[in-house]
Amino acid sequence: MFKVLMFLFVVSLSFTVQAADLTSAEEIIQRANYMSYYQGKDGRAQVIMTITDSQSRSRTRKLTILRRDESETDALEGNAYRGDQKFYVYFHRPADVSKMVFMVWKHLKGDDDRWLYLPALDLVKRIAASDQRTSFVGSDFLYEDVSGRLLEDDTHELLETTDKYYKMRHTPKDATSVEFSYFDTFIHKQTFLPVQAVYFNDSGAKLRTISVNGVATVQGYTTVTKSTAENHQTGSKTVMEYSKVIYDTDLPEDIFSERYLRKAPKKYLR
Amino acid sequence: MYRYLLIAVLIVQSHVSLAQDPLLPEGLLDDPFATPETTIEQDETIDPTLSFGGFWESRIGGRLVDDNNQRSASLSEIRLQLEFSKDFDLASINLVGDFIYDHLADQHSIDLEKGQGYFDLREANFEASPTDNVDLKFGRQILTWGTGDLVFINDLFSKDWHSFFLGRDEEYLKAPSDALKASLYSNVVNVDLIYNPHFDADRFLDGRRISYYAPASDSIVGRPTGIITEDYPGSWLKDDEISLRLHQNVSGYEVAGYGYHGRWKSPQGQAAVTGNSTFPALNVLGASARGPLGGGIANMEAGYYNSQDDGDGTNSLIRNSETRFLVGFEREAARDLTLGLQWYVEHMLDYGAYENALSSGAKAKDENRHLLTSRLTWLTHSQNTEWSLFAFYSPTDQDLYIRPRVSYKIDDFWTAEAGSNIFAGKDKHTFFGQFRDNTNAYMALRYGF
Repeated sequence: MFKVLMFLFVVSLSFTVQAADLTSAEEIIQRANYMSYYQGKDGRAQVIMTITDSQSRSRTRKLTILRRDESETDALEGNAYRGDQKFYVYFHRPADVSKMVFMVWKHLKGDDDRWLYLPALDLVKRIAASDQRTSFVGSDFLYEDVSGRLLEDDTHELLETTDKYYKMRHTPKDATSVEFSYFDTFIHKQTFLPVQAVYFNDSGAKLRTISVNGVATVQGYTTVTKSTAENHQTGSKTVMEYSKVIYDTDLPEDIFSERYLRKAPKKYLR
Repeated sequence: MYRYLLIAVLIVQSHVSLAQDPLLPEGLLDDPFATPETTIEQDETIDPTLSFGGFWESRIGGRLVDDNNQRSASLSEIRLQLEFSKDFDLASINLVGDFIYDHLADQHSIDLEKGQGYFDLREANFEASPTDNVDLKFGRQILTWGTGDLVFINDLFSKDWHSFFLGRDEEYLKAPSDALKASLYSNVVNVDLIYNPHFDADRFLDGRRISYYAPASDSIVGRPTGIITEDYPGSWLKDDEISLRLHQNVSGYEVAGYGYHGRWKSPQGQAAVTGNSTFPALNVLGASARGPLGGGIANMEAGYYNSQDDGDGTNSLIRNSETRFLVGFEREAARDLTLGLQWYVEHMLDYGAYENALSSGAKAKDENRHLLTSRLTWLTHSQNTEWSLFAFYSPTDQDLYIRPRVSYKIDDFWTAEAGSNIFAGKDKHTFFGQFRDNTNAYMALRYGF
């Protein structure tokens, strides 16, 4: 009887702990950052991207993204999950970019290293680090949306805690480096998945909205399966649909090298 | 009344708050542990080991300067490229071939070496990795290495200069090589060894489509009298080529050493008796480095060209030995705007011997040829339009070559393109100056699939 009571007590306690709202903006954004960009030690996803402009003309891209984290752990304690990352982006479609590869060594400190492989010329081109707020392959997503904006670039403030979300406001420390004046995110309380991000200009008008539209659990990881970026200024909209998602495949580090730019690692891309 | 107002305010407020809170995305439940485990698989009816693609293209171009040695049209062709690859467990095969109708070609019979005729084979190779750290690629393939941007020092793989100067797609600057390539990877150094069992020359400027300077007549020549007759060193295993590269990426900085044993890739000599153009023996040693610097990418490359058949520079019919050096920098100047700059120099060795051997009245080349290049690439219209300007300028030769180009991706399949090749120079005998009558403009329409 005592055991049962004790068990119930512990269970209810743990539920209480789980249900208790966080109040530290720092803790929330670290968890959200982990959920968005660092789950598992590596991952793969196939992405179908549909860009529709204000005149309803649409373009499609199909690509496969491989990611590998330098950090050996997913632990949130001491932000141990954070570290440099490597990305390998292989383009399937449209025809003019087929078999091209874009590779990034993302550094937390300093500029990223980036390469582009052009198969028709067998050319491994080094590309200069760019403004992270440049459109990613002509879509309404920016490089920074795909690989993550540095948390240190903004100050973070918990605006409100609703029954579903932590509503956060993020204000850039260097206002001249970006096109927005602040952005708000809605972070799902139970999973810490950012469900929406809205970018505003200095008069408070919406510039761009990124929303998560579909989620699934893959190998225990809460995984985005569909997201949308809308540019409210141009009326253009991009939908990304993720499939063939897999985590922790023991992706070898040398996949992210010149060798595999020239010779695509097919077994990891399929 | 007051009560109603209050209620109205509350309703409005709650609506505002409702409008601001996004709905939970499909699949995300309040209790994450209730979300069922799924594997996201797509219906794959197509065999993933098989790939098929290509494009259809129509390209026309005309000369902007009168040249009595050439026709007024510079390009008039239709091309269908088909590409096929298949992966097996231990190997894969790749095939790329172009079916071409070139209205300006002198002959349509197929010559896979020169890239003439109705069909050009660009790739036909077999790839395998017999062990974890060895890659092999046998057969016809496109090969590129080195750090220069449209300037080559240690990349001695075949180029197609006709395609480049006439305004075909930049991919055609690279002509295919028939080679055996072995790559060995290790933590210390990576090695690429390439063996061409027979000599693969450039698809060089032979006067048929581009007029050039002929020292013998001290004039710019082209069709029909200036068409080059060459002594092609075509015997298997004897007229072979070996290319070697040792390379490593040292925390983001790519360093490499190179070696080449073969021949000048375009004619750089003349047979004494027949006057035919020849491809004298050439050995090259070089090195390069490339890495991030000041928010951009810097590169440096050097090479020593040993023109073996004219070791002391006394033979006026064969190009002298030389050293070549290149330094470049590229960075993003603004969002979607990239700027690249290069300085390149060719230093002729044994210059005194060259001057002494030169027949009287012949135009002497400078001991040092300096070349500056700039590349400007600007993407607009959601990166669907690319404006590009590449310029070569030589302060020593006082000549220049400018390549403006614009391309627009109409949709996922169609691309339209227009551009020009502009040559100018003070003298008719300098590298770009000799092409000054070849200034042309072109346009193309491509359907990719």
